[in-house]
Amino acid sequence: MANVLAFVEQRDGQFGSAAREAVGVAASLAESLGGSVHALALGAPGASASAGVLGAVGAEVIAVGEHEALGEYNPEAYVDIVADRIREGGYAAVIFAATGLGKDLAPRVAARLDVPLATDVTSVDAVGGSVSVTRPVFSGKAFATLEFDAAPAIVSIRPNAFQPAERSAAGGVETFAPAVDRSAWRVRVVERKSASEGAVDVAEASVVVSGGRGMKEPSNWSLLEGLRDALGSDVALGASRAVVDAGWRPHGEQVGQTGKTVAPKLYFAVGISGAIQHLAGMRTAKTIVAINRDADAPIFSVADYGIVGDLFEVVPRLAEEIAALKAGD
Amino acid sequence: MNVIVCVKRVPDTEARIRVDGAGIETSGIKYDMSPYDAFALEAALRLKEAAGDGEVVLVTLGDTSSQETLRKGLAMGADRAILLTGEVTFDGLATAKALAAELEGSDAPLFLFGIKAADDDQQQVGPMVATLTGRPCVTGVSSFEVADGKAVCHREVEGGSEVIEVDLPAVLCMTKGPNEPRLAALKGIMAAKKKPLEEKPAVVAEPRVRLTALVEPPARPEGRIVGEGPGAVPELVRLLREEANAL
Repeated sequence: MANVLAFVEQRDGQFGSAAREAVGVAASLAESLGGSVHALALGAPGASASAGVLGAVGAEVIAVGEHEALGEYNPEAYVDIVADRIREGGYAAVIFAATGLGKDLAPRVAARLDVPLATDVTSVDAVGGSVSVTRPVFSGKAFATLEFDAAPAIVSIRPNAFQPAERSAAGGVETFAPAVDRSAWRVRVVERKSASEGAVDVAEASVVVSGGRGMKEPSNWSLLEGLRDALGSDVALGASRAVVDAGWRPHGEQVGQTGKTVAPKLYFAVGISGAIQHLAGMRTAKTIVAINRDADAPIFSVADYGIVGDLFEVVPRLAEEIAALKAGD
Repeated sequence: MNVIVCVKRVPDTEARIRVDGAGIETSGIKYDMSPYDAFALEAALRLKEAAGDGEVVLVTLGDTSSQETLRKGLAMGADRAILLTGEVTFDGLATAKALAAELEGSDAPLFLFGIKAADDDQQQVGPMVATLTGRPCVTGVSSFEVADGKAVCHREVEGGSEVIEVDLPAVLCMTKGPNEPRLAALKGIMAAKKKPLEEKPAVVAEPRVRLTALVEPPARPEGRIVGEGPGAVPELVRLLREEANAL
């Protein structure tokens, strides 16, 4: 059997771009391997309601395990169910999204099944019946191609690195009721805080607005927030290591080695000179814009478009122009 | 409390990486303990200092050059170190198995890992060791406290933060947090020379993920300076809209 499974993540019953990208990769791999595309989700009762949308990116069968204890991720509950489903399905490959959840879950599942895992990959291919992936190493300073000698090949894919093709698959949804023994959990969430309503993680956002030392002081981030708000939804703030180390911004926003590696469609580097560590973390962005007063700053060597100038004049103007453009749409 | 900290020797994160066929050009590269592992070691040392007792043991898989990394950890304050000699490949599960074979019998309540190694960036060995040794695991921990047979872990997640409680014995995978890893003082460096560093061959399984190519990232097409100052903004917005299709 050469079927491929995508493990898909729902948040509050919604299947977002990470889920669509995982199914898209599973579908193109299944096409090369000559198998079908299955998707697996876990969630609270009712999570299956909108799962049918995954048919549009190629899912033929979508299994949704529903239980009131599965609405929020718990590694111990999830690993048991996911590993069992993979074992029963006899898949050639399993695709996870390399989101916070996927990065936490995939290694546990791979170890449970005694098969290797390649994480955060940026391309997936079938080579003579086996799976080959390419992934950034040294935080993007090099790319390694790896071939699996085991099945299923377990892979997690980098957010925003794949564009799922539109397909019209059956998208039949089947729900199942997994057994969950909450009393056996040795890992428990005590508290969960949202930074703010609709906040997006820098590693997953399709647009990132990052600031560096050139911002001069933390209160000036209001300028970047203005630009973020003008750009619309799915936009996250990022930061250079220097400003995180200085305590101006939380570590969760740090882009680069010892922070997050990002691949958004559009990346703004504002007042960031472009240390090698930072460049490694963002150079796979599709379009890079740099705003810096130093025309010799290394950031301009990777930027598609640059403005040399005072960010305190350029950024408000940019936010204004973009807001006007969006308002005209 | 006894803590085992698993560490890895990696190229310094400031290093420029040049690819040399199937590997990286190693000449002229400085190596260091992976920065996330240093966060884990710092957490272990603070725990020991706060408790006033316990032992901090470093474990690594690698060749004899990893002695240098272990000596650095000993100089920071770890009590002893174990070097499992064996090849580290891209098969993280093979690495996890070699470490788990050593750690399995340990009664240390905590095994700490860095969330990922700053060379292969795989982010998988910690939770794999946890799974193989049957311990619960929390990843992405920026800080934690230990009390009543539990660790209370602080974690930054997509657009927010979490507090997670885990029963000991457990595995925690550390990321950057409030505590900057200490520098080794001269006294520590002298003391480290006398601390035990045990070397023994590791049992490393045949890797089932093969490296078939290692290349430098594709060069980005030559960018352009759109202009100077706020006057360049309208042209930038036009290019983002019409040329890059990004707005």
